[in-house]
Amino acid sequence: MAEQTTPDKKPAPKKKPADDGRIPPPPSSHYERPGMMDQVRDSQIWRSIFRHGYPNTVRNRSLAVLSNIFLHLHPINVRSSGLRLSFTWCMGGLTFFLFLIETITGVLLMFYYRPTAEYAYQDIIALAEHVPMGIMRELHRWGAHAMVITVWLHMFRVFMTGSYKPPREFNWNVGVILLVLTLLLSFTGYLLPWDQLAIWAITVGSNMARATPLLGYEGPLASLMAVGDVGLVHSGDDARFALLGGRFVGEATLLRFYVLHCIFIPLAAAILMAVHFWRIRKDGGISGPL
Amino acid sequence: MTETLYGFFNALSEPKMFFALFTIIVFVMIWKREIVCTNKFGIAMFIVSSVFFVWALGHPGFYKNVSKADNVPIVFMLFLVGYFTWLSFRRAVINDRRMERGELPEEAVENPKKVLTWPDLVYSEFICSVLFMAVMMIWALALDAPLEEPANPGKTPNPSKAPWYFLGLQEMLVYYDPWLAGVVLPGMIIVGLMAIPYVDTNPKGNGYYTFNERPFAITTFLFGFIVLWVSMIILMTFLRGPNQAFFGPFEEWNLHKVEPTVNIQFSQIFWESWLGMKRPEFWLTREMPGILLCLGYVFVLPFLLGQTLFRKMLGQMGMPRYLTMISMFLIMLALPIKMILRWAFNLQFIVNIQELFLNV
Repeated sequence: MAEQTTPDKKPAPKKKPADDGRIPPPPSSHYERPGMMDQVRDSQIWRSIFRHGYPNTVRNRSLAVLSNIFLHLHPINVRSSGLRLSFTWCMGGLTFFLFLIETITGVLLMFYYRPTAEYAYQDIIALAEHVPMGIMRELHRWGAHAMVITVWLHMFRVFMTGSYKPPREFNWNVGVILLVLTLLLSFTGYLLPWDQLAIWAITVGSNMARATPLLGYEGPLASLMAVGDVGLVHSGDDARFALLGGRFVGEATLLRFYVLHCIFIPLAAAILMAVHFWRIRKDGGISGPL
Repeated sequence: MTETLYGFFNALSEPKMFFALFTIIVFVMIWKREIVCTNKFGIAMFIVSSVFFVWALGHPGFYKNVSKADNVPIVFMLFLVGYFTWLSFRRAVINDRRMERGELPEEAVENPKKVLTWPDLVYSEFICSVLFMAVMMIWALALDAPLEEPANPGKTPNPSKAPWYFLGLQEMLVYYDPWLAGVVLPGMIIVGLMAIPYVDTNPKGNGYYTFNERPFAITTFLFGFIVLWVSMIILMTFLRGPNQAFFGPFEEWNLHKVEPTVNIQFSQIFWESWLGMKRPEFWLTREMPGILLCLGYVFVLPFLLGQTLFRKMLGQMGMPRYLTMISMFLIMLALPIKMILRWAFNLQFIVNIQELFLNV
């Protein structure tokens, strides 16, 4: 609009390159009739944030990726074969996107939720009743299910394209740990609504720990873990007890899983994700035939 | 007519048949991949499975089971796994044909072409996230997150199940003791997955879809992923009801269905049936045949296979890599072997030392 109302405005005088050490705006048609956006782009505020001109030249498009902390996890160039949806299925990207959804909805849910046996269930009820059309818990729960599926499909794709082969062996390993962390995130979150489904699913799941060899009190060879007649591994001192913070799923378990779910595992996953993405770039970008 | 079909599909979903069916599907799919990978076949399969699904929704039990909010993603997953398996085979077959003619795989033809991350990659990422967000919003608006009665440690629901993504492990509990099914085998799955890039020394098939260049790797992985993981989740989620008893997809869950257990131990078979004598009292003597069998499976069989079936592989990989690969391979096969032993001979445990909680 601005361009049409000031038709007689002269084009901005061409800046001489290197007179102030800044990158000159590109000589493109975009700058021939400067409008409001051009003035914004020319302002000191804009230029303090974006250290490159409008990304319509190869140089500025490269700078757009290089000078942005988030985008620089990408290489400047990518294989065009790696861009095909039928090659990557976009599953890795969707997994990361779901992690972002889970983080944002999760933080919002934390405002309303108290991890105690007394309040947890009521807070979930309140969330459903007090927030009309509220879909944060729905997004969080379905996102969690979807994330497990996208992680599996991502691993499936990486296997089928042989993308774990050298030089990407280590990144496959980081991916396996991220897969385990995703399952653990989902598992710890399962308990938080504190309903029948939650505590019994966690009870069934954590009962396995009771059977850990040597370290679970119903595990094989646990009876050998004794000093003289005093058994070291019993129901009050074994792998399951350490996981639950008690002999059964109770108040301590809820707090423990809450902290694991909201702080420890997301943090660990975020760090490993940074490594995972950075290694993709360092190992030669999205895989393709050597 | 409908009743007969219901009965037919119920019988088909019975664990033995279910496992056999999935195994056959995977192997036939690999064998007949030239046919499977065609568009016609893919569309036909999609129509057949969708029609079956819609038809099956007519049964109240099936509908109740499938429409449970937490089970909806598992139905999605089944369709997605099917679609992506088909897609990867399609691309693999196309590449294999090209390479047979001496051409490069599709990915390699495009490969020299590089495009700029901005805008090509960033924009498609953006579009994907917007579309996916729309899907998530619709899903979230359409289905409420479930909430059951408040937690009550005194009231155990029947059946109690772990979260759905661990149900493959819970299904293993039918065949193995918790220390194996819940601790050792899951640990081995993780270790095995991590070992894959180090034991797979085949330099081919790096970064493009192919089957002919790596048949063993892909067959093993598909068997593990589809038959031993995805199908076991389906089985445990949809086909096991109260008391972990089996129920067909078109069968009402009945609290009083109890499956008769006529399980016997390997020590009984060995001492009583084969030698015709009483089992020894002392546990070590009693279980010695089973222990020897297990030790043989873990320590002798790898070398026997290395001399026979996997001779070529051993030569290519070298001993350390071969031993890692074969241990993981045998541990993976331990599940189907135990299943078959259970179904064929009612065998419960090969080693059964209640004294030490050590059952294999």
